[in-house]
Amino acid sequence: MTDPAVRLDPAVSLAGVTFRGPVFTASGCAAAGRELAPYLDLGTLGGVVTKSVMRAPRAGRPTPRMAETASGMLNSIGLQGPGIEAFLAGDLPWLAERGIAAVVSIAGHSAQEYGELARRLRGAPGLAMLEVNISCPNVESRGQVFACSAAGAADVMAAVRREIDVPVFAKLSPDVTDIVDIARSCVAAGADGLSVINTLLGVAIDTRTLRPVLSAVTGGLSGPAIKPVALRCVWQVHAALPTVPILGMGGIRSGLDALEFLLAGASAVSVGTAIFADPGAPARVQCELLTALAARGFGAVAEAVGVAHGLTAPREVVAYGDEL
Amino acid sequence: MTAAQVAATVMDVRRKGDYVALRLAAPRIAAGARPGQFAALAVGGSDSPMLLRRCFSLAGWDAGGIEVVLAVTGRGTAWLARRRPGDVLDVVGPLGQPFRLPERPQTCVLVGGGYGAAPLVPLAAALRAAGCPVRMALGAAGASRLMAVAAAEQIADTVTVTTDDGSAGRRGRVSDVLPDMLTGVGTVYACGPMAMLAAVARLAAGAGMPSQVAVEESMACGVGVCMTCVLPVIGDDGRTRMTRSCLDGPVFPGDRVRFEAVGTVPADAVGAP
Ligand SMILES: Cc1cc2nc3c(=O)[nH]c(=O)nc-3n(C[C@H](O)[C@H](O)[C@H](O)COP(=O)(O)OP(=O)(O)OC[C@H]3O[C@@H](n4cnc5c(N)ncnc54)[C@H](O)[C@@H]3O)c2cc1C
Ligand SMILES: Cc1cc2nc3c(=O)[nH]c(=O)nc-3n(C[C@H](O)[C@H](O)[C@H](O)COP(=O)(O)O)c2cc1C
Ligand code: FES
Repeated sequence: MTDPAVRLDPAVSLAGVTFRGPVFTASGCAAAGRELAPYLDLGTLGGVVTKSVMRAPRAGRPTPRMAETASGMLNSIGLQGPGIEAFLAGDLPWLAERGIAAVVSIAGHSAQEYGELARRLRGAPGLAMLEVNISCPNVESRGQVFACSAAGAADVMAAVRREIDVPVFAKLSPDVTDIVDIARSCVAAGADGLSVINTLLGVAIDTRTLRPVLSAVTGGLSGPAIKPVALRCVWQVHAALPTVPILGMGGIRSGLDALEFLLAGASAVSVGTAIFADPGAPARVQCELLTALAARGFGAVAEAVGVAHGLTAPREVVAYGDEL
Repeated sequence: MTAAQVAATVMDVRRKGDYVALRLAAPRIAAGARPGQFAALAVGGSDSPMLLRRCFSLAGWDAGGIEVVLAVTGRGTAWLARRRPGDVLDVVGPLGQPFRLPERPQTCVLVGGGYGAAPLVPLAAALRAAGCPVRMALGAAGASRLMAVAAAEQIADTVTVTTDDGSAGRRGRVSDVLPDMLTGVGTVYACGPMAMLAAVARLAAGAGMPSQVAVEESMACGVGVCMTCVLPVIGDDGRTRMTRSCLDGPVFPGDRVRFEAVGTVPADAVGAP
């Protein structure tokens, strides 16, 4: 039997840059790729989205930093990382030497810090795209998270846009009243695309100690538990801004999960928490996704993007021979 | 030897006191295994609501497979304890840094608390094979929580047992009997609860000898990508970093772990707020 995926071109284009496949690793769930090399061929993926890097080294939050929840997990890592200098010296060259597309995620406490990070990344070998993690407290606005304010998010995106000419994606938080409002503001400030979604804030309590499980009390919820929320966000943003490319994520652990994101309007997807369950997950999800696309008669990944928006009327169910 | 992700058939499930021993057909993991390393087992099947792998010390291995010994403490370990021969588990291993063996034969003391005894049995065997006399001290809350005493007695030169409630061996803690075991010793190895490791590291340092401790921190990925498993460890440059115990550990030199600061980010750590 021939593999139907072979007939489908796996490449995707995001804001003018071509990537080898439609599946990426999600920021913070793959470090900078190296540790996953024993488990999958990173070169077949769209790319590696690296852990959000900040200007200075950062120790992160005290432990416990993690709580498993039903079909999900909470994390309060607190952006532990080596800082931009060590990242540029070690992590990025490792990806570049192997020809793995690097989508570098940056985080900061002020628009100016984001701008500085973008400036330092300018011209870095291997850098294919920037993802801007705006789910950070803004020190200049009493700690309000940038992603929760249309103006704050726009300030950051404008500061980054001024400094660099690779595509820049703004990563949106679902913890907002109107995600479309924030999305529009980011695009108006120069974002080429949107990563949807970051984690949702949650709490878990230990009934034996009567205390919060996480030392930070709150943490970001990820995993299959958030998939419907993520799909809703992708759906809303794509409906409002149909020409803006979306990198969709939140709870993807199979190719059919990924296909839902494409049909809702994502041009490509990231796999995060599923990596902790299965370190080879991104490659497996990509293979399953390509097979599922081919089985449905799509000739290219892009043909599936947003298709569900036009097909809301009842339709006959077709058996595609998906592996379940 | 790099780690591998394998589908491992359960060969045997046995109760051992309060523990359940699982033998798994995993020749690729066994081939690279060294004492102190661990394996990460997926639980609940492919649609499981339990997303995260459970980590267990490699308690033994041979050409065909590996053994892990687990205490049922929650949903994931309860699921594992219900496996039957023929079931297939998704296992990643061998993971982490092993215990380092001495360069020349010397007497070694091995201290285990509860299921912390698990990695000490293969360690004792490796040390004996390298010509090192081995003294072991195994402690637990009570007799049913002791692990691997019979196996230890076959390998080690001496085995001292302690229980908190006196139901087996001497009443008290392993750290109570340790000072008497340290004369003429080259290296102390330990695995068990953090408080025990802190006591062992302190006693070894006080007696002027190196220790190696295998820590246990909550792990989401086990392979170094998530940063949940960190603790403050002093590096070769003398600076403290929040260090991943899955990748750079679980075995650390006892004098490098900032035991007093575990669960915090010490103010002098690199990148501390
Ligand atoms: C390197 C290492 C070696 C270990 N070796 C052994 C061993 O040989 N025998 C043994 O019985 N146990 C061992 N443990 C502890 C074992 O991993 C936990 O008891 C187990 O994960 C609990 O899972 P659960 O679903 O039953 O509990 P739950 O409390 O439901 O687990 C919830 C989540 O917390 C994590 N978790 C909970 N307790 C621990 C813990 N103590 N350590 C790490 N993660 C935890 C689990 O992985 C899971 O993600 C080891 C842990 C580590 C890190
Ligand atoms: C442990 C952990 C760390 C994360 N760190 C980051 C980060 O540094 N930057 C970021 O933008 N998102 C981070 N995320 C969010 C993920 O990139 C992703 O948006 C989210 O987890 C939803 O996808 P998932 O359900 O596939 O994990 C992190 C998620 C987890 C679980
Ligand atoms: S458990 Fe994920 S980095 Fe150690």
